[in-house]
Amino acid sequence: MSKDKKLPGIDTTDHVAKGGLLNRRLFLTSSIASTAALATASAAYGEDIIGEGQDDWTIYPGTDALEYSDRSRFEVENVKRFIPNFPQKFLDLRLTKYVARTPLDHLLGTITPNGLHFERSHQGIPDIDPDKHFLVIHGMVKNPLKYDIDALENYTTVSRHHYLECSGNSQVLFQETPTDQPIQQIHGLVSGTEWTGVLLSTLLDECGISPDAKWIIAEGADNGMMTRSIPIDKALDDTMIAIRQNGERIRPSQGYPMRLYTPGYEGNTSVKWLRSLYVSDRPVMSAQETAKYTDMMPDNKALQFSLEQDVKSIITRPSNAMSLKKKGLYEITGLAWSGKGKISRVEVSVDGGQTWGDAALEGPIHTKMLTRFRIPWMWEGGSAILQSRAYDEFGRIQPTRKELIDARGRNAFYHFHAVQSWGVSPNGEIKNVYA
Amino acid sequence: MSMRKTLIIASLLLPTQHLLFSQLANAQQSRFGEPATQKDIDKSFWSVFPDGEFLPEGEGNVATGRVLFKEQCNICHNMPGESDPVKDDIGKLFGVTDKKGKPNVEQTIGSYWPYSSTVFNYIRRAMPLLAPMSLTNSDYYSLTAYLLHENGVIPEDAVMNKDTLPKVEMPNKDGFIMAYPKVPEQYEVKR
Repeated sequence: MSKDKKLPGIDTTDHVAKGGLLNRRLFLTSSIASTAALATASAAYGEDIIGEGQDDWTIYPGTDALEYSDRSRFEVENVKRFIPNFPQKFLDLRLTKYVARTPLDHLLGTITPNGLHFERSHQGIPDIDPDKHFLVIHGMVKNPLKYDIDALENYTTVSRHHYLECSGNSQVLFQETPTDQPIQQIHGLVSGTEWTGVLLSTLLDECGISPDAKWIIAEGADNGMMTRSIPIDKALDDTMIAIRQNGERIRPSQGYPMRLYTPGYEGNTSVKWLRSLYVSDRPVMSAQETAKYTDMMPDNKALQFSLEQDVKSIITRPSNAMSLKKKGLYEITGLAWSGKGKISRVEVSVDGGQTWGDAALEGPIHTKMLTRFRIPWMWEGGSAILQSRAYDEFGRIQPTRKELIDARGRNAFYHFHAVQSWGVSPNGEIKNVYA
Repeated sequence: MSMRKTLIIASLLLPTQHLLFSQLANAQQSRFGEPATQKDIDKSFWSVFPDGEFLPEGEGNVATGRVLFKEQCNICHNMPGESDPVKDDIGKLFGVTDKKGKPNVEQTIGSYWPYSSTVFNYIRRAMPLLAPMSLTNSDYYSLTAYLLHENGVIPEDAVMNKDTLPKVEMPNKDGFIMAYPKVPEQYEVKR
């Protein structure tokens, strides 16, 4: 990058908001070509071996193929679901054993690799033998039926790109003072994948549900038998019995061999290790829909069954997992999603929300799926506050933190979806801030 | 025969083609569920409703519950009067019974849980952590009785069974508001 900031073929004067935000088309219409001249090949008229100076991996045969492939050994230490250098006192708490977070700062695109998908269980991951597991659908139905994994694989399945987000993701941002936890700890309970399964409506139709059915009660086969009540409208809409994720059978940590999957609903309703669906006329009021996953409002009433998630976005780069080493051109990129439908627009601000520029959205944009946005930014070396604000196709707009807290208070705990801010200091350090 | 020729011939055989499509459509609607027996359901379904539906036979009391709690639960949860911070972190089960006007209140059974059935429903399926379902239904009634008593909800001499438990009124029974199908207007985030 040249010192006078005149980048080849790029108009760095096309500002769309204050603070150095540039037109989103900048990155779309021109690649940032290296200004370095191609090294001229030195003439070699002697009898040297031509591999001189080549790396070992070029001049020696590689290793054998593996039955199940691994990442590069150079990635293993950098990209993991447990946060590097995370304080031991947090690791000592029993809860941390049952949670692993997606390293959002290390990923691009919108698909989370299976091995990096976030996970949360309440009492551990069961080691289920698929030949001994079945799902039973009963209650207000004509024919109580059961399905094992082979039966489910016989149906015409659907495959859909959707996100999954834990209801407690980003909850630390309700706190009075801004946390210094890394982005992965703050926001890493969201992932996006291709889910394959059988639509629950198909199975409910087969069982013949009563017209008086209003809810289904889903129970898992895990230690603790996770239980949630799902409205029948959702069950008959896009809810599926998921059996595959990114093409392969879902992993034990994701509910092997079958899980309920409720696109756009809070993550806990997608009951893993699904074993029973009881068709009912009322919710069961399980611990996870009364004692937990409910939000205390300012008047001391608790909001219950906050199922469909709101529109939300986060900037994943830059984030507090990195610092800006020098002035110049950066790409601000991140993820946006809505539990109701498609993302229609994402705006970015680098002056704490005073002025906004439209980010480019990377298609195809799927409903209830992560959508990647990006916008170029010329950082001149001063202070900046980076924010993103998402809109969905139904006109919902992501609120500011103040707007969320004005309406719901700071004791809500779950369902934090407000705009989050990365504060950049003149020395390039990045911190989570409230703005 | 070339692929192209095969396709041409196949496309001329329209009646056959229709038959194939209708067979395929039928195949897609094929039903693969097997009848579920009562035994299958009993193994898989453990829910108990607030009105007491599906509560099992059996009976328990506070005194028995206190002994069971000491044996089975005290390894992770404080007894009343104890204050091991690690155990409080795992889950505080007793304490505040009146949440009015207090922010950041501990959301314990007495201060928060709206239904007595939920206590039985949860601990029977999930506790003790390392050995759920290792006790009898009467044991779980006793533990429920003990937890409700120490939270100030029922008296020391109360007996819990499928008839008495659903009649227990929780202090915070009116503390919850449904956000489904719509968030009530007063909690909507205004822009």
